[in-house]
Amino acid sequence: MHTEHTIGVELRGAAKSYRTAGTVVDAVRGIDVSIDRGETVALLGPNGAGKSTTIDMVLGLTSPDAGTVSLLGGPPKEAVAAGRVGAMLQSGALIRDVTVRELVTLMAALHPHPLAVDEALELAGLEEIARRRTQKLSGGQAQRVRFALALVSDPAVLILDEPTVGMDVEARRAFWLSVRAFAARGKTIIFATHYLEEADAYADRAVLMSRGRVVADGPTSEIRARVGTRTIRATLPDADANELASLPGVTAADRRGEAIVLICSDSDAAIRALLDAHPDVRDIEIASAGLEDAFIELTADPDDASADAERQEALV
Amino acid sequence: MRSLAYTRFELVRTFRNVRLLVFSLGFPLVLFFIIAAPNRDEHNFNGSGISIPLYYMVGLVAFGAMSGLISSGTRVATERTDGWTRQLRITPLKTSAYFLAKVGTGYAMAGVTMVLLYAAGLSLGVSLGAGRWLEMTGLIVVACVPFAVLGILLGHLLTADSIGPAVGGLVSLLALVSGTWFPLGSHGFLYDMARFLPSYWLVRASHVSLGGQAWTAGGWIVVAAWTLVLAILARYAYLRDTARV
Repeated sequence: MHTEHTIGVELRGAAKSYRTAGTVVDAVRGIDVSIDRGETVALLGPNGAGKSTTIDMVLGLTSPDAGTVSLLGGPPKEAVAAGRVGAMLQSGALIRDVTVRELVTLMAALHPHPLAVDEALELAGLEEIARRRTQKLSGGQAQRVRFALALVSDPAVLILDEPTVGMDVEARRAFWLSVRAFAARGKTIIFATHYLEEADAYADRAVLMSRGRVVADGPTSEIRARVGTRTIRATLPDADANELASLPGVTAADRRGEAIVLICSDSDAAIRALLDAHPDVRDIEIASAGLEDAFIELTADPDDASADAERQEALV
Repeated sequence: MRSLAYTRFELVRTFRNVRLLVFSLGFPLVLFFIIAAPNRDEHNFNGSGISIPLYYMVGLVAFGAMSGLISSGTRVATERTDGWTRQLRITPLKTSAYFLAKVGTGYAMAGVTMVLLYAAGLSLGVSLGAGRWLEMTGLIVVACVPFAVLGILLGHLLTADSIGPAVGGLVSLLALVSGTWFPLGSHGFLYDMARFLPSYWLVRASHVSLGGQAWTAGGWIVVAAWTLVLAILARYAYLRDTARV
């Protein structure tokens, strides 16, 4: 049941546009998302989907142009001022000329009810490098320091924006174990990622974003069924895309010059039907759809697809 | 307490940055010795009855303090580029506490510059009565407030790439038109314009030790007005500076 006391994060009709180099970028176009306390939710989507803008709104770093955003039942700024939010933001580098321990200690001192510094260092796996200067860390180590900065305040809500960028496979696994350990304390965790596997393995629920809209929201198993698709690429100059889209097992079809791209819910059925209908098809490739391809096909609006593509570029 | 913790953190970081220290503390010192050491026995600069080491010691104290305070903007710009400013914004640290820490750290740097230059002056035989010395130092500290705020403002407006030349150029220009390097006289276009700059009153504060007049009411008003305007702008720049850089 949703009551004021159980809602962690709520966005209602939230929208945000930016003006960049004379063009307006609709980064987030009116989204409704409600996340209960204690949930671990993945914000899933390709680059430019609006994930980071959504996170900025939730943290009060930017205000929505329309709609409302609440965090722990009030305005984001209040939750931030009360020290109840921790976040791992995407950024270039860590602040220089301090040791890892000094930086985590400062962050603890800025909050009213922090964890013990040693506990935070341990949770983030930083004991060994606590005395090292921040400018001498590898990318993966720097990410772990950001994680420690986010959790040392013992926040009720922890927000992670593409936290595993720059980590190798081993570091990723260790990182997610730490996140789970923290989630087990009853924390609300929201993380942005463009890896479906991460959402699948570590979130209770995924909110799928594309081009500033929520295109799916539900248990990760449902999302996986929806975008865990395959793509067939082939050379087939004379076929009509609409006709291809109506083949069994095909959810969307697109023509790129002489090539066709079929997004398939059932690629086995689709390839059989394709070969029956067009025996002259050649250069066939069947691949697991990249998440980005799947998103773009799932949410394509033929009329403004090219305009959107430009907007996506502008956003980067 | 948070303000204190953050100020301490800033001080530790700043005084660990050896390159920054060498350049910002060393530059005024080197300039002083280049100009004053060969003329250490010239006790009647331009017929004024003032010794050259004294004239350039106090001029460089003003220049060094101003330069040190504006340069705190360079650190702000770098912190924005590194995403630190955004990280701070999601902590309970208040805007006022942030500004206090930044201004305090800037003054610590400026204070070290001043002490070094006084020591350098003493080594070249400068002597100054305690009263003059105190009055000068006090006025310099006050006159520097607008520059402390200006540094933070520039740091939130400019990028790490552009702020170096901007600050360097601005400090040189202000030092030049405000009479750090040569007396401005008391009339003419340059003088009329300079009177409205806080840097002019900064240099005049330093010239108290040369037997110059203490500040007129105009001095207090100019410094207070610049401080107020720059502080409003700096606060606004800081509050809107939450975007990814």
